[in-house]
Amino acid sequence: MSTTQTLTRIHIPTPLRAYTNHEATVAVAGATVGEALANLVARYPELKRHLFDDEGRLRSFVNVYVRDEDIRYLEGDRTPLGAGDELSIVPSIAGG
Amino acid sequence: MRTRTDVLDAIRAHGAETYPEECCGFLLGAAAPEGNRVAAIRRAPNRRAHHRERRYVITPPDYLAAEREARARGLDIVGIYHSHPDHPARPSATDLAEATFPGYTYVIVAVREGRAEELTAWTLAPDRARFEPEPVAVEDDVNV
Repeated sequence: MSTTQTLTRIHIPTPLRAYTNHEATVAVAGATVGEALANLVARYPELKRHLFDDEGRLRSFVNVYVRDEDIRYLEGDRTPLGAGDELSIVPSIAGG
Repeated sequence: MRTRTDVLDAIRAHGAETYPEECCGFLLGAAAPEGNRVAAIRRAPNRRAHHRERRYVITPPDYLAAEREARARGLDIVGIYHSHPDHPARPSATDLAEATFPGYTYVIVAVREGRAEELTAWTLAPDRARFEPEPVAVEDDVNV
């Protein structure tokens, strides 16, 4: 493992802070979005079922933004992270 | 949730304005162990292209913008509100199918013939199987 790791700040939606010791942002290591999210749920295991479905895919209403772009329009899980990048977990809100 | 009368009135007014279409927006305040405190609302555009009289959508860019604005005011997004034009103020099957995270307060206001009527609050059960009623406490000093 490299000794100089990129730490990415992840912004946590308010209700999920119940599972992050009430932290609004969490800094995790990871060279890609997928690694950063995996490290996030490894640190806070109770978060996992709220972000991922039983097949380990992001839930359909969970969007991940980096540099104000939806990772679905970048390289998805493989989107590389650089110094200063921040991730936001953003729900799609809808109903009837 | 705990909130003020003027906050509830602002939700009702939004629902009456957009009638017969659904309104939607954010509840801003603070999460607390005894329930969410709601100090303000922020309106959101209903981005559904069609059937806005029975569906609503808040897009992620609108959510991000609201979150940034809230943070600048020292507030958090603690819930969502929307209206049910000519339908009761309880979650629909679509509301449950599209529900997001347990812990948000979901407020629904019924609007009948342009007049806001019943207003209710709900929270998604931890197993996501249903919405549970959430008491609405009105206190006139909820400022977060």
